[in-house]
Amino acid sequence: MRLEPRAHAPLWLQLAAPVGAALAALVITAVPLSWAEAPVLTAYAMLAQGALGSGFALTETLTKAAPLILTGLAAAIAFRARLWNIGAEGQLYAGALAAVMIGSGTVVLSPWLMVPLVLVAGALAGALLMLGPTLLKVRLGVDEVVTTLLLNFIMLLFVQMMVEGPLQDPMSLGWPQSMPIIDEAALPRLVERTRLHIGLIVALVAALAIWLTVQRTTFGFEVRAVGANPHAARFAGMSTTGVMVRVGLLSGALAGLAGVGEVAGLKGFLTQDLSPGYGYSGIVVAMLAQLNPLGVVLAALFVAGVFVGADSMSRAIGVSNTIADLIVAIALLTMLVASLVIRYRVRFG
Amino acid sequence: MLGFAVLNPTYETVSDSMLETLDILLTASFWAATLRIATPLIFGTLGELICERAGVLNLGIEGIMVAGALIGWLSVYMGADLVTGVALAFLTGVAFGLLHGALTVPLALSQHVSGIGITLLATSLSYYAYRIILPDVPSPPRIEPFQPIVWPILSEIPLIGPSLFAGQTAMTWLALALVALTAWVLYRTPVGLAVRACGENPAAAEAQGIDVTAVRMGAVAVGSGLMAVGGAFLTMSAFNAFFFEMINGRGWICIALVVFASWRPGKALLGALLFGAFDALQVRLQQTIGGDLPYQLFLMLPFVLSILALIVMSRRAAYPKALMVPYRKGER
Repeated sequence: MRLEPRAHAPLWLQLAAPVGAALAALVITAVPLSWAEAPVLTAYAMLAQGALGSGFALTETLTKAAPLILTGLAAAIAFRARLWNIGAEGQLYAGALAAVMIGSGTVVLSPWLMVPLVLVAGALAGALLMLGPTLLKVRLGVDEVVTTLLLNFIMLLFVQMMVEGPLQDPMSLGWPQSMPIIDEAALPRLVERTRLHIGLIVALVAALAIWLTVQRTTFGFEVRAVGANPHAARFAGMSTTGVMVRVGLLSGALAGLAGVGEVAGLKGFLTQDLSPGYGYSGIVVAMLAQLNPLGVVLAALFVAGVFVGADSMSRAIGVSNTIADLIVAIALLTMLVASLVIRYRVRFG
Repeated sequence: MLGFAVLNPTYETVSDSMLETLDILLTASFWAATLRIATPLIFGTLGELICERAGVLNLGIEGIMVAGALIGWLSVYMGADLVTGVALAFLTGVAFGLLHGALTVPLALSQHVSGIGITLLATSLSYYAYRIILPDVPSPPRIEPFQPIVWPILSEIPLIGPSLFAGQTAMTWLALALVALTAWVLYRTPVGLAVRACGENPAAAEAQGIDVTAVRMGAVAVGSGLMAVGGAFLTMSAFNAFFFEMINGRGWICIALVVFASWRPGKALLGALLFGAFDALQVRLQQTIGGDLPYQLFLMLPFVLSILALIVMSRRAAYPKALMVPYRKGER
């Protein structure tokens, strides 16, 4: 038996591989589920019902999908250029922090100006946070994996410092939370009496824009070329440094937007537990999507469904909700193996 | 002098804080803390170094340390003795290492993505297991951890005695011994030569009759085992219970320390000790001069320091040539 590289993977295979990986993850998770003496099939039925079973469940899943689409795109565009940005979590917090600093009463404009302003501020903050590691990589060869990971911890401590210090809400009775986002800066609701906000539209537009960029522009071509073979790209006259810097800025900006959505669309104020690891889950989303920006939307819906569904499942049958993170982690590994099937053909004899 | 100090209150506080710093450096408790903070980093850095010397980046370290911390502590809580607990933690690390190795060595999948996947898997599996095994405990149960070893005579030496020869547990001594052992194996034995060859030039190693897949798998398994023991140190020696988030980035710091150490065991020890000293110092400075500064600034310092170390070493970083390069027989 040997592996033979494919020149082209058929579309059905590119679609079947992630679906198969997701299903395999659910099958493997049956082991830890039965360890908890949970009825496996009932558990999955409850998970599906919790994620999709009612109008409210659907809006909850969509609400959670919005940040995952954005962090998934942040990882997808960076990984395409082989810029290993593992710092989306920190960039998300940078975006949230900027949104709170601008949007909690510092400036008061009409909502038509205020909402775009906090979105831009958050994107800029995320981009700026990613600029450092990108420049260190292209100028000094410092490994961006470690710097972006370490910056996540620095950023989280910085947010803690701000919500316990200068940004703390005087009305919060000592709780570490920031002053609230003013009404003018709050992202409008998409559906009345749900938590779904226009952050989802922002995410979908971003996915479409990134897809068009990757497929239809010179920059998109350069990103793919630098990712595939930086030496060849440089030989062809591309500035690999320039491409990397722009990819880094874009990736950070996308993660920053996710933070704006969470703080100005959902929670209304900043806390140190704003994100349950959306930055890291974004990596899983990007891999499930095979780094395809449109695939990111579907993959984010799956991961969001697992998070929302597992929450209600764990309440119903008493299995710890840490099962959600477990399913997502296993899905990343099964997808990694499934990517082999896309890239290689198995030949016998 | 006195008048000058009165006219310049800042001058006085600065010189005071310098004296405070000097005082701290002369206490045995500071050096004992330095070694205590450095120990998990020594285990983790050695483990990562062994993986990378064979050509495999292991970003699973953070999660493997979590799993080691849980399993070591849990075994003892369930009745095993401390040494068995450490051994089980090691085996847990080996298991995750074999998974990472299987994905990245024979299957040649992305080492970055697989490593992140191992970290997410090991962390979530540990938290899930903790919740299942201990469903309704209000606070984490405690175990009887390793006790400091008091060496006869040597512990009487001032400063070094109480900090080193009376203040450290068997696990710290094990970490120090492993530095020497790793250096010896890497540079003085055929096994070490094979590991280094696989990290520098796997095709040449293959031509010498070395089984690159086996060597890389073995290095990742052993390295991951050491990482898990580093995690176990936290629950079995430094503290006596398991908490969520207790690894808190130590794994990532180890990866930075490997670069800082230029992939050399001796320098890894030096880096971990420097780091430990700095961390022990910041905790003490926080108490003496940190009155007005937010404590988070001090907590950030280890991470900032790691990034600075990477920047300083970037010019001289001598990466193993085949690090992150998958090897397939007969393919170029």
